[in-house]
Amino acid sequence: MKIAVTGLNNVDNPGPGVPVIRGIKDAKRFDAEIIGLIYDSLDPGAYLKEISDRNYLIPYPSSGLDELFERLAYINNIENIDVLIPTLDAELYAFSKLEDKLHSIGIKTFLPTKVQLDLRAKDKLFKFCTENKIKVPQNIIAASVQDIYSLPSKFKYPVVVKGIFYDAYIANNSDEAITAFNRINTNWGLPIIVQEFIQGDEFNVAALGDGTGNTIGAVGMRKLFITDKGKGWAGISVDDQFLIKLSEKLMELLKWKSGAELEFIKEKESNEYYLVEINPRFPAWIYLPVAAGQNLPAALVDLALGRKIENFSSYDIGKIFIRYSWDLITDIKRFEQITVNGVLNNG
Amino acid sequence: MSNYKVAENLAMSETGFVFLPGTGETFTSNEIGRKIIQLIQKGKNNEEIIEEITNDYDVESNTFEKDLNDFIIQLAQFNLAREL
Repeated sequence: MKIAVTGLNNVDNPGPGVPVIRGIKDAKRFDAEIIGLIYDSLDPGAYLKEISDRNYLIPYPSSGLDELFERLAYINNIENIDVLIPTLDAELYAFSKLEDKLHSIGIKTFLPTKVQLDLRAKDKLFKFCTENKIKVPQNIIAASVQDIYSLPSKFKYPVVVKGIFYDAYIANNSDEAITAFNRINTNWGLPIIVQEFIQGDEFNVAALGDGTGNTIGAVGMRKLFITDKGKGWAGISVDDQFLIKLSEKLMELLKWKSGAELEFIKEKESNEYYLVEINPRFPAWIYLPVAAGQNLPAALVDLALGRKIENFSSYDIGKIFIRYSWDLITDIKRFEQITVNGVLNNG
Repeated sequence: MSNYKVAENLAMSETGFVFLPGTGETFTSNEIGRKIIQLIQKGKNNEEIIEEITNDYDVESNTFEKDLNDFIIQLAQFNLAREL
């Protein structure tokens, strides 16, 4: 079996590709060759022989769906891919739109629909949550700096300024908010979300929905160490049934089909959970659920293959992940392979 | 009748390492702190805790009572225990 995975950018803001592959490999039952699909010839995961068998450069979705599909079809002619797992926020709309075409050439996927992606999008989450009586920070969509100047009176600083796909900054005054707005606009474009800052601890849940409203599994985690980019560099699995039930409710409301990461803040004063984001893919810490007893990436492969699977009922509490960096040494010949030919063979 | 109640599911090892499974928070306590938490878990009240500790250690009950109150306040601040 051949399973293609994206997001092998294991950098300081890591993609989930490498831990997704670790989960699939741990499951043993697939005996899979892993095909890495990468956007940059220096994506570290592509050079890890124990992670991927072969890697191919693919064009960014922004270069057009036709170009992306053409490249995937070319790779499929060589590899005969059974299952493809995109793992990055920014590519999911493109892969969702290409789903039928991918199926037509024999590539199976297990992706959220465009409607599901829209419902949980950062600019629409507030409406979805208020309609469903789920606590969520107030937010506004800012399309220009003027929107920052004219923030409604209900907003008190600090606020969180977020990009539609990536990046978020806490701004303590309007000057900082404008700087954050300009920085995100330059890197990721518009719109930009200005969100009420909720004081409290952050809890995240990695989950897998089967598309019918049923949650196959869900694991709660609290970050123990956060980088200056706000990424969890260490975290611990926690036992909070309320958090898990709330996540299951969201998966049910969305009839979520695929992996997801739900981000909550537990408000300090009230101890109530506020939903901050739903990311439409597994998180970069998805190997923690695997280690805690819920191999969600492997379960996603089963679902993509049309297999019936049981829900996970529990997981180990107090499992800790600690990320680390490691200098991988490679030869210029391998860098040349991927740069010139667009393929890197780890065999 | 106990005056205090420790947090539900609070897990403590013999070294005094405390883990709150619901939040993932961890704490370390010294030997006396560990003993006090254990006594609260056993349902001992203020007077019983003071009696046990002053029997085992060279400390005046007045002094220890003040320390115990401070410690309980700390436990409450960290959501590790609360007064009933």
